[in-house]
Amino acid sequence: MSESEYGEVFREEATELLEELENALLELEKAPSDLKIVGRVFRAMHTIKGSGAMFGFDDIAKFTHHVETVLDKVRDGVVPVTKGLIDLTLASRDHIVSLLDAATGGTPADLARGEEIIAALQVLLAGATGGAPPAAKAAAPAVASAPPEEKTQGQLTHYRIHVKPSAAFFTEGAEVEQLFAELRKLGDCTVFLHEPEAKEAGEYGLWEALLTTDKGINAVKDVFVFAESSCLVKVVPLATMGDEEFSEHKRLGEILVERGEIAPAALKEILEKQKPLGELLVDANLVARSKVESALAEQEMLKRQKMAAQKAKAADSIRVGADKLDRLINLVGELVVTQARLTQVSAQLGAAELVEPAEQIERLTAEMRDCVLGIRMLPIGTTFARFKRLVRDLSTELGKDVVMNTDGAETELDKNVIDQLGDPLVHLIRNSIDHGIELPDDRAAAGKPRRGTIHLSAIHAGANVLITVSDDGRGLDREKIREKAVAKGLLKADAEVEDAEIFNTIFAPGLSTASTVTSVSGRGVGMDVVKSTVEGLKGSVSVHSSEKGKGTTITISLPLTLAIIDGLLVQVEDTHFVLPLSQVLECVELTRDDIARFHERRVLPVRDQLVPYVRLRDFFDIPGERPDLEQLVIVQINDERFGVVLDDVIGEHQTVLKSLGWVYRNAIGVSGSTILGNGEVALILDMPNVLKHARLEEQGVLRETVH
Amino acid sequence: MATNTEGVEQQSTQYLTFVLRDEGFAIEIGKVREVLDVTTLTKIPRMPNYLSGVINLRGSVVPVMDLGQKLGMGVISHTKNTCIMIVELEVDGAMVEMGVLTDSVQMVLDLQADEIEAVPRMGTNLNTEFIKGMGRQGEDKFLIILDIDRVLASEGEAALRGELEVAAMEKGEAAAASASQA
Repeated sequence: MSESEYGEVFREEATELLEELENALLELEKAPSDLKIVGRVFRAMHTIKGSGAMFGFDDIAKFTHHVETVLDKVRDGVVPVTKGLIDLTLASRDHIVSLLDAATGGTPADLARGEEIIAALQVLLAGATGGAPPAAKAAAPAVASAPPEEKTQGQLTHYRIHVKPSAAFFTEGAEVEQLFAELRKLGDCTVFLHEPEAKEAGEYGLWEALLTTDKGINAVKDVFVFAESSCLVKVVPLATMGDEEFSEHKRLGEILVERGEIAPAALKEILEKQKPLGELLVDANLVARSKVESALAEQEMLKRQKMAAQKAKAADSIRVGADKLDRLINLVGELVVTQARLTQVSAQLGAAELVEPAEQIERLTAEMRDCVLGIRMLPIGTTFARFKRLVRDLSTELGKDVVMNTDGAETELDKNVIDQLGDPLVHLIRNSIDHGIELPDDRAAAGKPRRGTIHLSAIHAGANVLITVSDDGRGLDREKIREKAVAKGLLKADAEVEDAEIFNTIFAPGLSTASTVTSVSGRGVGMDVVKSTVEGLKGSVSVHSSEKGKGTTITISLPLTLAIIDGLLVQVEDTHFVLPLSQVLECVELTRDDIARFHERRVLPVRDQLVPYVRLRDFFDIPGERPDLEQLVIVQINDERFGVVLDDVIGEHQTVLKSLGWVYRNAIGVSGSTILGNGEVALILDMPNVLKHARLEEQGVLRETVH
Repeated sequence: MATNTEGVEQQSTQYLTFVLRDEGFAIEIGKVREVLDVTTLTKIPRMPNYLSGVINLRGSVVPVMDLGQKLGMGVISHTKNTCIMIVELEVDGAMVEMGVLTDSVQMVLDLQADEIEAVPRMGTNLNTEFIKGMGRQGEDKFLIILDIDRVLASEGEAALRGELEVAAMEKGEAAAASASQA
C-alpha cells in the first residue's frame, strides 16, 4: 500500500469513528450517568488517536490526546458529564474533522480553534480535579459508585514487560515474585524466566511477563517504581482492543524478529525447512526453549483476544469500495439484458431443449439481480443520525427546545439515493425548526408543551419509500403563502384553490414565508432545491398536511433503486421507449372517431374524467403517418393524470438504466436509455419533463396566436 | 496518397486519417479507441441534427456525433464505408467515450513536426479553434488535423448553454404555467 492509500484507510476509519463518537455523545447527553456510553466515547477518541499516530497524522493524534485525557477522567468519575463537556467534545470532534480534511488535501484547519478547545478542556479539567471534586462526585453519583469491575469492559491492552534485575536488587532483599504478584492484580498475567547464559558474570536472568489489563501504562509502570533503581524494567504496550494490531494475531516468527531474538534472514532459512518453527529454533540452538514458549503464549493470547472480539461483533461484514459494487451492478445489468435476449431467441427457435435452461437462467438472473441490488441497500438510519446533531445545534442557536424522534431507521434504500437525500432532508428539518417550531414561551402560551418535536420516519410503500418530516409547530400560514404566491404570479388572486395546491407552491423558486431572513432559512432558496433534488431521484415531494397551530407534515416519495426499474415498453414508428411502470395507471385505445369527436382537441374522457394527452409522435417530431388505432397510456405525476399517445404498447420490460452521457444531459423528455434484448437502444421517458414541456409549448403557441 | 514511413524517430506523431465529404482529415491516433462499422443508431428526439443519436457499444450506451454536420460540411451519408470512430476524451475529470461519424477511415500516418503547418487565419471555412494544423502530404495535398477534444468539448459547452436557456425559459414561463394550472 502506498502512503496515500494508508491515508485513505485512516480517513475512512476515522470518518466512521467520528460518526460513532457523535452518536455516542448525543446519547450520553440523554443519559449522562451511563458508563457504557462514556466508554464508547472514550474508545472512539482513543482509536482515532492511536491510528492517527500510526498513519502519521500527528496533528490529529496530538489534539486528540488532550481530549482523551479529559475523557479518561470522565471515565474515572473525576470529571462530571455536563452539557459544557459534551459541547466541548462535540466541538473537538468537529475540529478533528477539519484536521482530517486538511491532512487529506482539503482546506487548512483553524489551528487557533484547536487551541481554544484544548484550553477550555483544561479549564474544565482543572475545575473538576483541583477545584471541587466533591461537587463533581455529587453531580455524577452513578459514576462515583460504579463498581470497579465495570471498567474492565473498557480498554484492554496487552503489555510485554521485561525485568532484568541486577545484583543490587537481590541484596536489597527484594523478590521478583512479589513484583509479579502485583502485576497479577492488574489483570491476566503470564510470567517466563529466561535463564542467563553466563551465571558467573553476575547475570540473574531475564523475567518476562505478558499482561492483559484495562489499566493505563502508568499503572503498570507504578508496580516497578521501587525496583527501578536496581532493575532494568521495560514495559512495551503491544496492542489495544480496537487497534489494528489487536485484531490481527501475529505469527510467531514476526514476534521473535520484532523482539530482536532472531534475524529475519535466519528465520527465513529455518522456515524453509517446514517443521514447527518453535521446534526448529530450539533444535538449531538459535533461541532458548523458554523464549519460544513465551512467544507462543503471546501469540495464543492475542489469538484468544481476537476471537473474543470477533464474537462480540453482532454481524460479520466486509468493507467493499462502492466502485466495485457499481461494477458488479453494471455486470448484472448486462446479464439481465443478455438473458432477455436468450429468452427471446429460445422462444423463437421453439427448441424444447433450450426452453428449460433458458427459464432456469431467467429465474437465476432475477434472483441474482435482487441479491446484488440488495447489497447496495443501506438502512436510512445512517443519515438520520446526522440530523440529530443538526437539530441539537440549530435549536440551541435559535433558542428553541426541540427534540427529534425517528422511526423506520432500518428502512433500506439504494446507497446513491441515500447519499443525495441528505441535503433535501437537512433543508426540511431546518425549515421545521426555524419556521415551524415556536419559541418555548410562545408554545407554552399556546397551550403546547414547551419542547417541540420533529418526527422523521421512513416506510416502504410498494416500490417506493415514503419519508415524512413532521413537526408540531405553528403550521403553514395558508393566507400568507397564498398572498406570496399571488404576488409572484404563481396563483390567480381570485382562483378557488385547494389547500394542498396553495401549500405546494412553497416548492416554487423564490417563495419564503419567513418575514425575517435568519442565518438558517428564509432566503427563499431551499424548498425549490429540495424539489429539484427529489425529482432528480425520480421521486416527488409534497406538503402532506398542515394545520395552523398544529404542525406540518411533508412527504417525500422515492423509488427504491435507481439502477433497475420496471418499465412499460412502447413504440412509435420503429423507435422504442420505456415508461416507468410505477407512473402508469392504465392503457386505453384511441381511435380516429375519438379524435374526431373532440375536434382534434387533445383530451379523451376516461370513466367520467377528461384526460388531456400528449402525442409522442408530435412531441418528438417523429416522421411518419399515425396509425388508425393509437394507444393512450395514462400516467399519474403528482396527483395529476395525463395521457401519452403512441403507436403500440409492447409490454412490461425489466429496465437496466443507462445514462445517455453528458452530451444529452439536457435532452427534453428523455432521462436515460436501456438496451433491449435485440441490442437496440430504447429511450426512457421522463414523464414529468414531458408534461412540463408540453405545457410550456402550448402556452407559447397560445401566446403567439393572441399577439 | 504518399505514405511517409521513413524517419519515424524524431518528433513524429501518428495520426488516423479519415474522409469527410471527400476531404482528408486526421486526428491523433492516441485519442481513438476503436473504429466500428455503423450499427443501429437511436436518435434522441429534439436534439441538434449533428447529434446522430446513441449506439450500443457492447452494453454501454455511447453518444454519436455527425462530424460532417458539426463542422458545417453537410450530412454524412450512410454507405458501406461509413464508420464510427470511438474517441476518448476527458469531461469534468472523467474519461468518456464518444462516437464520431465519418464517411470513411483511411489509414495510420506518421507526420513529422515540420510536416505540419500552422492554421491559416482564414480561408478554411472552418472554425479555426477546431484545427490543430495542416498536415502536408506530398506536393499539393493537405490534411486538416482536427483538435477533436475541442470539437467534442464545445458540445459540452453547448449542452451547458442549453441548460441555461431551459432554466431561463422555465423561470420566465413558470408564472404563466402555474397560473394556468390554477
